[in-house]
Amino acid sequence: MNPSITLAVARRVLLQLRRDHRSVALLLLVPCVLLVLLWWMFNGDSATFDTLGPPLLAMFPFIVMFLVTSVTTLRERSSGTLERLLSMPMAKLDLLLGYALAFGVAALLQALLAVGLTVGILGLDVAGPLWALALIAVADAVLGTTLGLFVSAFAETEFQAVQFMPAIVFPQILLCGLFVPRAALPDVLHGVSDVLPLSYAVDSMQSLQSSVGLSADFWRDLVVIAAFVAAAVALGAATLRRRTA
Amino acid sequence: MNSDSGVEISSLHIVRGENVVIPDLSASIRRGQVTGLLGPSGCGKTTLMRAIVGVQKVAGGTVRVLGEPAGSVGLRRRVGYVTQAPSVYADLTVAENLEFFSAVLGVDRTAAARALATVGLESAEDRVVDRLSGGQRSRVSLAVALLGEPELLVLDEPTVGLDPVLRRQLWATFAELARAGATIIVSSHVMDEAERCDRLLLMREGRLIADDTPEALLAATRTADIESAFLSLVEAEVSS
Repeated sequence: MNPSITLAVARRVLLQLRRDHRSVALLLLVPCVLLVLLWWMFNGDSATFDTLGPPLLAMFPFIVMFLVTSVTTLRERSSGTLERLLSMPMAKLDLLLGYALAFGVAALLQALLAVGLTVGILGLDVAGPLWALALIAVADAVLGTTLGLFVSAFAETEFQAVQFMPAIVFPQILLCGLFVPRAALPDVLHGVSDVLPLSYAVDSMQSLQSSVGLSADFWRDLVVIAAFVAAAVALGAATLRRRTA
Repeated sequence: MNSDSGVEISSLHIVRGENVVIPDLSASIRRGQVTGLLGPSGCGKTTLMRAIVGVQKVAGGTVRVLGEPAGSVGLRRRVGYVTQAPSVYADLTVAENLEFFSAVLGVDRTAAARALATVGLESAEDRVVDRLSGGQRSRVSLAVALLGEPELLVLDEPTVGLDPVLRRQLWATFAELARAGATIIVSSHVMDEAERCDRLLLMREGRLIADDTPEALLAATRTADIESAFLSLVEAEVSS
């Protein structure tokens, strides 16, 4: 591994992103628009908005980054630039971390905007500290990025990559505790939700919602998310092959 | 091992899916020469080149490049590979592409300027690759391969879609690089480009049907051009 190569990859990905104004706008504004929509739906019912807001703050960056990354990486695979990079003196981790870093920066912007909007303007009431809210949002975005990197290895076209979203992300949304509290799920589904990363993201957001300080559960959830990120990076690296048929 | 051997291929066997693309191929490619790899499309040229670069899964045999096994870590700095489709970022400018690959290779900024001059793209430096013509795009891809001043340059059909003037310039560049000591392997399905090579490998259906200098090939087949020589070799093979 070589930090200057990792940074070069991150800089290049951000440069490509910056040139694509429409994607930047969608990336940053869509979550905000959806949160405004949610606030409007529960017009005046601030208790419901306070309950649903934090889990959605965890979910949006995860979904958006998953999509963006899986399509971008697939493009790198199909354009031949990935093969070229792998024939150069570059570690696979340089590439993956470079991507994670670049989209992490994009995610940070997105999270700051979304948290600023919901707390500052829409009046979301959260007991825990705001920076922890943003931290979880960024961690979720990085999680989405790394899962997207991994999944892109199994897609041959951008069309397939997009189809992975409902396949990989929707079950996590259904089981993460947003619709039915995880404890109230049937045993089997509860067990399944225990091994899905988004469950921990939503758990940690919910613990911020209810307790003023940072509980031990909050930190445990964050560590679990970090472990999922590391696992996805390792699996992603395993899917990058220097020699192909 | 022979010290002037750039690439040493012995009993190479490559299978892709159900198809045996290269049944059993041995060849030796000399250092400091331009070697042309010629044959109809689909004959296995690209697969052979990929095996030399070390990105192709190989079922049997060995490929040694500059004294090391193909694809080994030490070769990643010494081998440049240009695929048929330009492998550069279409949404970045020419300069941004070169800057990025320079950072990956760990070469300084002057390398980018030199590579750009070699392919004659100085004036397009600040243009986004997407907006360039096909020929210009493949020259950007070639410039990237030149960045690290590789000892072995593997070029897959680099002159497709280029105008005749530019083609001549590129062949002159290849000859110059070879004189400076680089080993160059160029594939082409255009037989008239063969005469510009120091040595030719003619391929058909995954096998080598000739490995000689253009002059010797013409003399042996008593033909006036490489295309006729190729045909006469194929006919001789079919009738035997």
